[in-house]
Amino acid sequence: MNGPFDFALALGDDALVTAQRLAEWTTRAPEMEEDIALANIALDQLGAARLLLSYAGELEGAGRDEDALAYLRDDREFRNALLVELPNGDFAVTMAKLFFLAAYQLPLYTALAGCADERLAAIGAKARKESAYHLDHGALWVKRLGDGTEESHRRMQAAVDAVWPYTHELFAADPAAPVDPATLRPAFDETVGSVLAEATLTRPESGWAPAGGRAGVHTEHLAYLLAEMQVLHRAHPGAKW
Amino acid sequence: MYGNDFSTPADAPGGGLLGEVEAAEAELRAAAQRGRRGGPAPDEDLAAYFAEVVDAEQKIEPRDWMPDAYRRTLIRQIAQHAHSEIIGMQPEGNWISRAPSLKRKAILLAKVQDEAGHGLYLYAAAETLGISRDELVRLLLDGRQKYSSIFNYPTLSWADVGAIGWLVDGAAIVNQVPLCRCSYGPYARAMIRVCKEESFHQRQGYEILHTLAHGTPAQQAMAQDAVDRWWYPSLAMFGPPDGDSTHSAQSMAWKIKRFSNDDLRQRFVDMCVQQAEILGLRIPDADLRWNDERQAYDYTQPDYDELLRVISGDGPCNRERIAHRRAAHSEGAWVREAAAAYAAKRAEQREKVAA
Repeated sequence: MNGPFDFALALGDDALVTAQRLAEWTTRAPEMEEDIALANIALDQLGAARLLLSYAGELEGAGRDEDALAYLRDDREFRNALLVELPNGDFAVTMAKLFFLAAYQLPLYTALAGCADERLAAIGAKARKESAYHLDHGALWVKRLGDGTEESHRRMQAAVDAVWPYTHELFAADPAAPVDPATLRPAFDETVGSVLAEATLTRPESGWAPAGGRAGVHTEHLAYLLAEMQVLHRAHPGAKW
Repeated sequence: MYGNDFSTPADAPGGGLLGEVEAAEAELRAAAQRGRRGGPAPDEDLAAYFAEVVDAEQKIEPRDWMPDAYRRTLIRQIAQHAHSEIIGMQPEGNWISRAPSLKRKAILLAKVQDEAGHGLYLYAAAETLGISRDELVRLLLDGRQKYSSIFNYPTLSWADVGAIGWLVDGAAIVNQVPLCRCSYGPYARAMIRVCKEESFHQRQGYEILHTLAHGTPAQQAMAQDAVDRWWYPSLAMFGPPDGDSTHSAQSMAWKIKRFSNDDLRQRFVDMCVQQAEILGLRIPDADLRWNDERQAYDYTQPDYDELLRVISGDGPCNRERIAHRRAAHSEGAWVREAAAAYAAKRAEQREKVAA
């Protein structure tokens, strides 16, 4: 990555793809209260995505607004981390994804709130409060499922094992960025370590660290997600909605 | 919090209905301030006291004596309403992933979320009558309680999201505004809150259609097609014609219901005609015309045979809607069990610490 444009785009894409995935749970959640909670988090992520993509468009100066960036780029132009595009899986996988993402986004947005770029600082200040809630929610479910029933423990451990390798990409060093992701790793490790321990779960030792999202090389899943998200907008070029 | 950032056109509907909701709210406050006579005297006839409270436009509250049939009617009606909110999330939820702009996505996601909130709120109102939410959900999943038939129609285009907001939410509000004056206090209070949000949803739907109707030819066609498909099912939302309505007379006497099905349907038609003109969309009824004598529009009745078929389970989406709800419920069972087990362990730990 280089410069604030790529940085805003990457964060905006993380948030947008997260919102799209979480919204898939609408009408499907295990409890009605959870349906509302997941929609809340999706709305927060979507709100952050809109602010970040709008700002990225301004930085680019090529006349692209939030919708041009969301709807008219192909998968190779998306800069989100692979973690967020992974399918929802069962509720345990979704909570593993949410928990790891929030444990990264909270220190990220907190650091961003103090950065030199005023717009990014304002976005960070707003988003960090929301991230704190997302982290609480994800951590609570990781604990409930990890230390719930035998069945839920098995599923939660399997989810952590499956998702964990994708967390490493979030912390790839980028010293030129407004916040260097590598600096966020200690806070993340501390949060994750204590929650997993309380949840009676173990952190996998796998050395596998899939990456490529920040360079536009994604999993097979992203193109399907985008095809669905973009289909209507692209079917009516230039239309206003 | 991100869902409200759209501009409302100056000619948006809903103002009159919202005024009625506010009037009902003021009335509710006034009734509360007047206070009821302390309660029935020890030797007083409970039924007579109940009738007196209802006649005086006071509210019946959960701990009051009430006729069994009144209680059953309310449970049936409030539960059916709650189920409708929960099932009603599906047709609109169908377009969240494909919403054509991020702003519309946020608005729609927030709207569907509101419906879940209404469902929970209404289940809580029903619980004040002595039945649990779990029991009510079971009745829905077993097909022993109904939800509004309108949600058994499919959403085939983005414009359907607009048409549902304008017509379906519009019809729901016309139906529900009188319920803000319902004799049962918890239901009346729930309806005031629900109606306020619904009128907001109706404006959002109207605004979607307004944008489409003033957009490209393809968007205009999409909007007209949606209105063509949703008009008659929306008219059918008011239920069978008065002569055939099984629950109406008793509900009117109890002040659960205030207007007949046909009166409400007429009110809805009269409201929509002018709005359709502003939208530039055609209501699909060649016989729709102003009747000077009645001071109302003459209109074609919906197909009540179709309504009965849909109510009895043979609408386009009945099976899918219930199968979807059942799947969500059964696939979530292990999560709910885990949450209960976790809570039990925590409670046990706290007891040990306390001991």
